[in-house]
Amino acid sequence: MQIPAPFDYVRASSVDNALALLDRHGPESRVVAGGHSLLPMMKLRLARPDWLIDINDLFELDYLLVDGPVLRIGAMTRHTTLLESDDVRRLFPIISDAERVIADPIVRNRGTIGGSLCQADPAEDLSTVCHVLEAVAVVRGPAGERMLSMADFHRGPYETAVAQNELLIEVRIPIRTGSASAYEKVERRVGDWAVAAAGASVTLAADGTISQVAVGLTAVGLDRNVTEVEAVLIGQAPTEALFVEAGLLASRSCDPLADQRGPVDYKRHLADELTRRVLRAACRRAAASASDTTTQEG
Amino acid sequence: MTILEDRPSNPAAGDHDRPIGHGRMQRKEDPRFVRGKGHYVDDIVLPGMLHGAILRAPVAHARLVSIDTTEALAHPKVLAVITGSDLQALGLAWAPTLSMDIQAVLVTDKVRFQGQEVAFVVAEDRYAARDALELIQVEYDVLSPVVDARKAMDPDAPIIRDDLEGRTDNHIFDWEAGNKAETDAVFASADVVVKQEIVYPRVHPAPMETCGAVADFDAVEGRLTLYETTQAPHAHRTLFAMVSGIPEHKIRVVSPDIGGGFGNKVGIYPGYILAVVGSIVTGKPVKWVEDRSENLMSTSFARDYIMQGEIAATRDGKILALRTNVLADHGAFNATAQPTKYPAGFFHIFTGSYDLAAAHCTVTGVYTNKAPGGVAYACSFRVTEAVYLVERMVDILARKLEMDPAELRLKNFIKKEQFPYPNKTGWEYDSGDYEPTMRLSMKMAGYDELRREQKEKRERGELMGIGISFFTETVGAGPRKDMDILGLGMADGAELRIHPTGKAVVRISVQSQGQGHETTFAQIVAEEIGIPPEDIDVVHGDTDQTPFGLGTYGSRSTPVSGAAVALVARKVREKARFIAAAMLETRPEDLEWEKGRWFVKGDPSVGKTIAEIAMGAHGTVALPEGIDGNLDAEVTYDPPNLTFPFGAYICVVDVDPGTGHVKVRRFIAVDDCGTRINPMIIEGQIHGGLTDGVGMALMEFIEFDAEGNCLGGSFMDYLIPTAMEVPDWETGFTVTPSPHHPIGAKGVGESATVGSPPAVVNAVVDALSPFGVVHMDMPCTPARVWEAMQGRTRPPV
Ligand SMILES: Cc1cc2nc3c(=O)[nH]c(=O)nc-3n(C[C@H](O)[C@H](O)[C@H](O)COP(=O)(O)OP(=O)(O)OC[C@H]3O[C@@H](n4cnc5c(N)ncnc54)[C@H](O)[C@@H]3O)c2cc1C
Repeated sequence: MQIPAPFDYVRASSVDNALALLDRHGPESRVVAGGHSLLPMMKLRLARPDWLIDINDLFELDYLLVDGPVLRIGAMTRHTTLLESDDVRRLFPIISDAERVIADPIVRNRGTIGGSLCQADPAEDLSTVCHVLEAVAVVRGPAGERMLSMADFHRGPYETAVAQNELLIEVRIPIRTGSASAYEKVERRVGDWAVAAAGASVTLAADGTISQVAVGLTAVGLDRNVTEVEAVLIGQAPTEALFVEAGLLASRSCDPLADQRGPVDYKRHLADELTRRVLRAACRRAAASASDTTTQEG
Repeated sequence: MTILEDRPSNPAAGDHDRPIGHGRMQRKEDPRFVRGKGHYVDDIVLPGMLHGAILRAPVAHARLVSIDTTEALAHPKVLAVITGSDLQALGLAWAPTLSMDIQAVLVTDKVRFQGQEVAFVVAEDRYAARDALELIQVEYDVLSPVVDARKAMDPDAPIIRDDLEGRTDNHIFDWEAGNKAETDAVFASADVVVKQEIVYPRVHPAPMETCGAVADFDAVEGRLTLYETTQAPHAHRTLFAMVSGIPEHKIRVVSPDIGGGFGNKVGIYPGYILAVVGSIVTGKPVKWVEDRSENLMSTSFARDYIMQGEIAATRDGKILALRTNVLADHGAFNATAQPTKYPAGFFHIFTGSYDLAAAHCTVTGVYTNKAPGGVAYACSFRVTEAVYLVERMVDILARKLEMDPAELRLKNFIKKEQFPYPNKTGWEYDSGDYEPTMRLSMKMAGYDELRREQKEKRERGELMGIGISFFTETVGAGPRKDMDILGLGMADGAELRIHPTGKAVVRISVQSQGQGHETTFAQIVAEEIGIPPEDIDVVHGDTDQTPFGLGTYGSRSTPVSGAAVALVARKVREKARFIAAAMLETRPEDLEWEKGRWFVKGDPSVGKTIAEIAMGAHGTVALPEGIDGNLDAEVTYDPPNLTFPFGAYICVVDVDPGTGHVKVRRFIAVDDCGTRINPMIIEGQIHGGLTDGVGMALMEFIEFDAEGNCLGGSFMDYLIPTAMEVPDWETGFTVTPSPHHPIGAKGVGESATVGSPPAVVNAVVDALSPFGVVHMDMPCTPARVWEAMQGRTRPPV
């Protein structure tokens, strides 16, 4: 059995209580959500907090809500809840695609979206998804609530804008009509972290041209969207030739490292291949839902 | 799913599922496992028990400069900190391995692999023991390591084993089998010769339960009780007696339920010895259980063979000869568990299932700065490597000759009438009938249809591969005239007692790690004696309660111990005949046996059941001369030969051309393990082994970086397959009994692990053949497959 260094433990009863506890116990205290990132690090003694503040009783942060033009996701929402939600599958198939390949059911039953985003592991899937969907992170601290774009929230590998005495409370995703999305990941085995992955979201205008697009990559050293593809795709009708071009841009924009999952050129190749695949799938889905709506209206 | 046998809809239901003897029945041990009532080493709690933890070396090769335990000893819960120099004072710093080498229990002079044992802390609880490890200060003088076995014999290579007197290099052994001159001559005149380097990378057994021990030394009685995760409790008892100086009759080794072994739990690890030392030093029982990383980094790995293969044939596809030179990476200590005469195990079964004119192999073992071990992971003493080599080489030859790989195999099989078949490296294959097994697998697969589908898919640019492997194993070690381990013959004992009420207990020397011994061995007795398996208790795993024998590994339990159990039951049956005759007032030769009962020839209504005879034996029946008042017997079985199970495996894969991801779509496994005692248990063994095989072929690999850091030290990096990676197994069987085994059974525990990797790799290579790929080494991860498609296949080491 791997055993962490000694620590103290307290269960928070509310968001305010959690914030107070973080304040009281100071820099060596940390919240634990699903624990699927933090506990393994503690067992390897790579993380050694003096205090663990358990936020699993904060049921008020476990929700999925379609609220007008946004989907609001509480920070304590488990992966499983996201995977099983019909609203999520309908509005943001990219989330369902990603959740299907995040870890395994045991991890998904406990792991949370808040923990995933705050962990900001470079191979973590939901950060890419949130970048692509232009999500907004709601962060609360002693000074009140802040709303951050993903670009401001996500500062790089293992680094976010959430201060030690703050909590991520909610993730808000804008709902766009005419849009669809997709995610695809290559892994060495089910449950493994990504060798590389890509996500895309597109909005098709009434004439079938692309009016909005975002492409993101996972595990290849790019902490932002592949914004270069916008100039190529926006205003164009989706074609295979455009996807090929976008794929090339994606493979050029990234900066992968060689490791046990593969060499650099393979990962670049995957950035290209997977970008093409997710754009294709997202456009297909957007077109399909547009024709569904037309049929219904007609 | 095709299973050529009816599977009862509710296996617990009808009488046909409660065989009195061989047949499909649920495992007797399973209720306790599925209800969480198994009892493993880590479940053992003794009064006053302390906990040990091992400090391990962070680097692969370093001189130990100093070690300061003051702070650790000052920890309020720490009772002892043991270092190499403490052990040196006791003469226990080094222990013999199972291969005539020695291994450091704790480092005294030099660290030789990352994760090597440096110090042992004994504390009141396991938390304190771990915390105290951080308080030990060690200074290392880092040396350059030998990581690549190919460089181990370079003149400027650092010498790893400078502890051994007169060592000037990293060479361990050279070994050969077969006739070199004869083989070279056949090669020289052959039409076609193909060569290929084939690497079987280092993998790890990774049993679910890691290794551990609870040592309880009673200083007053001078008695040691040692609870251990071991596959070979009796062999361990003898070795502990030899190493520790505690006399053997004062040592009791108990192996409780074992959560998987696969060879990982054959050897004696420093942790076991340290638990004993800890108990002697503190006077209290000491528990030591390693964690997952310790298990992956420091205990017996498997394989690590770099093989140069060559195969010779005529132009029309008659295989003539096979030869290979192997470089074997044995790590820092030669700690494989091999029969003494065979430093490369049974690798010389590499002639496979084919009738060859000549064969020759050489194996060179070298030291590297990696964890020791070598024979582990369901390998049947290196049969895994041998089968992989020959089955890859035959496929490569088929490609060269532009022949279908199934056809090439069928053309070259040893024929039924050639058995018993003496091969060119000294084995005598006991029995075989290969063609029907191969044909059955092809029929189940729809082989011709698959090839048609593949052709169509290729035209569309889709990558589909079909891989075949036909393996022959040599298992059930082994005859005392041929083999031993550290001087111990490889026999097994069995002891059977029929209680007065007709219930029985059979005591065996082998130790189950999940193979279902409590069921299989009860069924063997049931078949011979005719009482239901439920009425027969199987006792194993406690040296105080069972007869001596060498334990469970190399698929030897059924070939050796199974034979012992059948014979002891027959002995009891014969004894029962004499007692029955006395009871029926007739002569033994006038009695006839039917399952469970002796009756008078010609008058079946007059007879005695085993239960009646048992009561008679223990009761007041006047016993004949020379027959004592019980229905018990014991035997020790020395097998006359090994057994040679075989099988035909066909694997179908689809490769994603854009990502290199391999999906195993179908896997057809037809096994022939002779007489089938419990088909359900056999299928379970096959399913598990096939899963192992897919894991090795696609993902498992203990990798090291240039500094000798182990990169496979957790399940994040050492990948083992899940249900998602494997297809619905399609199993079938043929039955070719072993002629020399009392019930005709052969071993089956490792067949699928041995036979499946080449089928998967052959399928992957077949799928990639449009890219000109002739060979790729395991593991076939997406990245490595993609690199192969770019013409950049590279060995994993
Ligand atoms: C075997 C395995 C495989 C995995 N595979 C994948 C994968 O393929 N893809 C993937 O994306 N992920 C994967 N994960 C990670 C998994 O998704 C984790 O659940 C997730 O990364 C962390 O979520 P958590 O709720 O468990 O966070 P925790 O481990 O509890 O916390 C992680 C960090 O976030 C902080 N934190 C948590 N919640 C908040 C909050 N509300 N506000 C501020 N800080 C907070 C914690 O203090 C901690 O520092 C895997 C994990 C495992 C164990």
